[in-house]
Amino acid sequence: MTASTTSSPAPAAAAGPRAPTRRNAELALLLFAMGVVTVYAAAVEYGVNHHLGRFWLLPLLLTLVFLAMHLAVRFLAPYADPAIVPAVALLNGLGVVFLRRIDLDPKMPDLDYHPNLVDFGGIAFKQLIWTVAAVIVATVALVVVRDHRTLSRYAYTLGFTGLVLMMIPAILPASLSEVNGAKLWIRFGGFFQIQPGEFAKILVLSFFAYYLVRKREVLSLASRRVLGVDFPRGRDLGPVLMVWGVSLLVLVFEKDLGTSLLYFGMFVVTLYIATERVSWLIIGLLLFFGGAFAAYLLGAAVGGPFANFYGRVGVWLHPFDDPNRSGYQLVQSLLGLGTGGLFGSGPGAGFPDQVPAVYNDFIFAGLGEEIGLFGLTALLMVYLVIAERGLRAAIAVRDSFGKLMAGGLAFTLALQVFVIVGGVTKLIPLTGQTTPFLSAGGSSLMANWLLIALLLRVSDASRRPAGGVTASGAAPVKLAGLATEVMR
Amino acid sequence: MNAPLRRVGVVVLVLFGLLFVNLNWVQGYLASSYRNNEHNGRVQLTEYQRQRGTIAVVNGRDQVPVAKSVETSDQLKYLRQYPVDPNAYASIVGYKPVNGVATGIERAEDDFLSGTSDALFSERLRAMFTGQKTTGGNVLLTIDQKVQEIAYNHLLHNGTDAKNGAVVALDPATGAILAMATTPSYDPNQIVSHNTTAAQKAFDALNKDKAKPLLNRATQDAYPPGSTMKVIISATALTEGDYTPQTSIPAGPSYTPIAGGGFSIHNAHPSICPDPQITLIEALTQSCNTGFAQLGVKLGADKIKAMAQAFGFEDAGLTLAGDGDRKMGVVPSHTGSMTGQNGQDDPNAVAQSSIGQLNVQVTPMQGALIAATVANGGRQMRPYLVDKLQAPDLTTTDQTQPKVLRTPISGTVAGGLQQMMESVVDHGTGTKAKIPGYQVGGKTGTAQNSEDDGDHGWFIGFVMKDGQPICAVAVFLQNAGSGGSSKATQIAHDVMQAAIQERGQK
Repeated sequence: MTASTTSSPAPAAAAGPRAPTRRNAELALLLFAMGVVTVYAAAVEYGVNHHLGRFWLLPLLLTLVFLAMHLAVRFLAPYADPAIVPAVALLNGLGVVFLRRIDLDPKMPDLDYHPNLVDFGGIAFKQLIWTVAAVIVATVALVVVRDHRTLSRYAYTLGFTGLVLMMIPAILPASLSEVNGAKLWIRFGGFFQIQPGEFAKILVLSFFAYYLVRKREVLSLASRRVLGVDFPRGRDLGPVLMVWGVSLLVLVFEKDLGTSLLYFGMFVVTLYIATERVSWLIIGLLLFFGGAFAAYLLGAAVGGPFANFYGRVGVWLHPFDDPNRSGYQLVQSLLGLGTGGLFGSGPGAGFPDQVPAVYNDFIFAGLGEEIGLFGLTALLMVYLVIAERGLRAAIAVRDSFGKLMAGGLAFTLALQVFVIVGGVTKLIPLTGQTTPFLSAGGSSLMANWLLIALLLRVSDASRRPAGGVTASGAAPVKLAGLATEVMR
Repeated sequence: MNAPLRRVGVVVLVLFGLLFVNLNWVQGYLASSYRNNEHNGRVQLTEYQRQRGTIAVVNGRDQVPVAKSVETSDQLKYLRQYPVDPNAYASIVGYKPVNGVATGIERAEDDFLSGTSDALFSERLRAMFTGQKTTGGNVLLTIDQKVQEIAYNHLLHNGTDAKNGAVVALDPATGAILAMATTPSYDPNQIVSHNTTAAQKAFDALNKDKAKPLLNRATQDAYPPGSTMKVIISATALTEGDYTPQTSIPAGPSYTPIAGGGFSIHNAHPSICPDPQITLIEALTQSCNTGFAQLGVKLGADKIKAMAQAFGFEDAGLTLAGDGDRKMGVVPSHTGSMTGQNGQDDPNAVAQSSIGQLNVQVTPMQGALIAATVANGGRQMRPYLVDKLQAPDLTTTDQTQPKVLRTPISGTVAGGLQQMMESVVDHGTGTKAKIPGYQVGGKTGTAQNSEDDGDHGWFIGFVMKDGQPICAVAVFLQNAGSGGSSKATQIAHDVMQAAIQERGQK
């Protein structure tokens, strides 16, 4: 009797309750997401062609691809957040099917093929191939980076590579780097082009995280108090000013506000997370908006490299002043969104062909016409889920580097969505950003899946029971958490 | 580091909150202004995705489409066509341009024709499941092809100086409009071209044309009615009770309303009512100006105006099709002021108004309604253009029910007026309208309008058989000059004859 009472709780205490991996929840969510994609595919096929055809083919292939991703996560990052992969798969799947919808549309003026007769063709199929590639990239990343902390060892290499990638399009002649007025590309002939900035942001962020973990004491402790706010010492401003300068150079020479805003926002926010100083946010915002405003004024006064930015702001402020030329894209985007209204015209019943680049930068506008305000709101909620789950992983993970990297990655993703969606809906000046996971294009898809892989890796680390075999309860977790607070 | 991470989470929420608010602004608050923006081709493209219904007229037992949509290979999938004698139907059917505003039935029944009407909901629902493409509903007009084309062609080749004119023919018993023609007209096909530049050019040319081909003279303009006004004066007198068609009234070769006033009224010819007395029926038969001028002054402006209003004058709300801001309306007819500065009747004005001059203005539609009311025993039926609305499978979803609009005169008065107007056609000024075997009644009119231009020619009348009305008609020839009313009578005869034949075939 006594033997049984004493012996039964003992093994439980020793081994600890086995932490749930939540992989089955992920699988269920993933299947649900694929169900949504399948229904959307059927609606699209019917809406455009008035018969269902082989609508199931694309969703089936997508499901197989994402199931492979699920298996990879199951083995490589078993404790990762179960909501991230299904949410991303949902967006990616909807994106591919929307591209299929554009392929099917006989009205699209600038498509020279007729893919509505073939299953394996068009932008949608290309995007499916890119999706496969992106999932492979994500899996490889999970294999190679078994612990996210190993990235900090190569921080300088990664940061330098990122900087180079970022600068290449600015240095290359326009013929090799310019698409639609933004110098963001490396073009290999006419058929293949990559957007190095998409990858660079992850590499640069790893460097930021490493650098800031090293410097956070200096940056957060040494300060001067002005008007109740702690401002850093002048010499500590150096790196910040450098990044600000680089981002403004990007703005001017790559003619792109979005990338510039993205990098700068990424840096300021990681700086803020590392130092917990609101002053950095204030300085950052002032510097950025001051710089942008100056660029606008310079564009008005001298033109030259600032003219593109000046023009974009003009279109943003008054798109209907020149509705058939410079304002055409934004005007058609707004008219499409407005026509969609609350409920949208229904899948396949809209006119995405009216919006230039609807398969790319303006995919959000094209979707918005057909799925309406409610559909877009749901879509944005999915992005919000991914970003907040990423931040949650950052909060839960034990090491500072992981916190900074995951927080930075999650925020970067959210910021990119804000920049492009805000652009096509006339909240902010339009920039040439891709819509993560939705836009056609391999660079964006692979880079963002890579970002997701890193988030999964951090998330896995944050939820993995600490200490392995020697673990005894939750004590080490608390200690690790305290360690970051001791500095103050 | 967790506190700032949480705050970053809040920042992300704020950023997305901004996106949500802005999306609500764009897709909610501004949605309809964006949807209807002139640079937005989507609504139009949607409209042209669905085949628009036909507009048909009656030919015996058949329906003849006068407006239909045919498939094209360009981006706007269907082209609107007006295949049959487009100029004859333009004023009724109107047009549905790619850009700009539709007119006529195309506008009044737009929801039904385009297929977005609630009446076609079940149709659309069924199509959703069967996979068939929905088309718009069809509109069947009350217009009779033969009557309409005779009215239009005879108007066009009227043999007088009149370049402008109008004909209205309706069924007095129901108010169904059998014909409504106006000249000059236009070809609406050029305005609905998918080449919007050419279409706009064609429209601008028509719009600027001094001959005003876009003006429907049957309903959109009012003219001095001349002696046709005498029907209203007769109705006023008969309703008084002191008068019958046989009552003698003062006449004579001339009438000076105000003794020594320097203004007097004469007859069209010295041979008309030279005697000091004439019966009411003979006064109308010969179109005795002096008799009706004196009668009018005796009755007084108030009674004349009241009777005119009872017949529909001053009514700005008459609608032939559609409703709300899409209705096909009729401009009001007016008696004009007949009072002097002292607020009393001005005898000169009353005398002139009684013979349809001065400020009296009547639309051809109103003229036809007067004749129709007389023929229908005093009950004025609401005139209408749309007989049936048919779903794409030709089942009737809506049929117009005839409705009494107003009853300005009693059956007895109507009987007296019928007798008087038949006398006009029998041996008076309107003998050209005679149709053997039928009771035809009417009243001619010749209206002076300016020194330089010729007089307007009018005829309003009806044809009956065995006491049952068949058709009422009004013919108006603007500035026809001498012989205008005679020619108008001839046209009315041809139109009524056609109506009789058409009725015989039903």
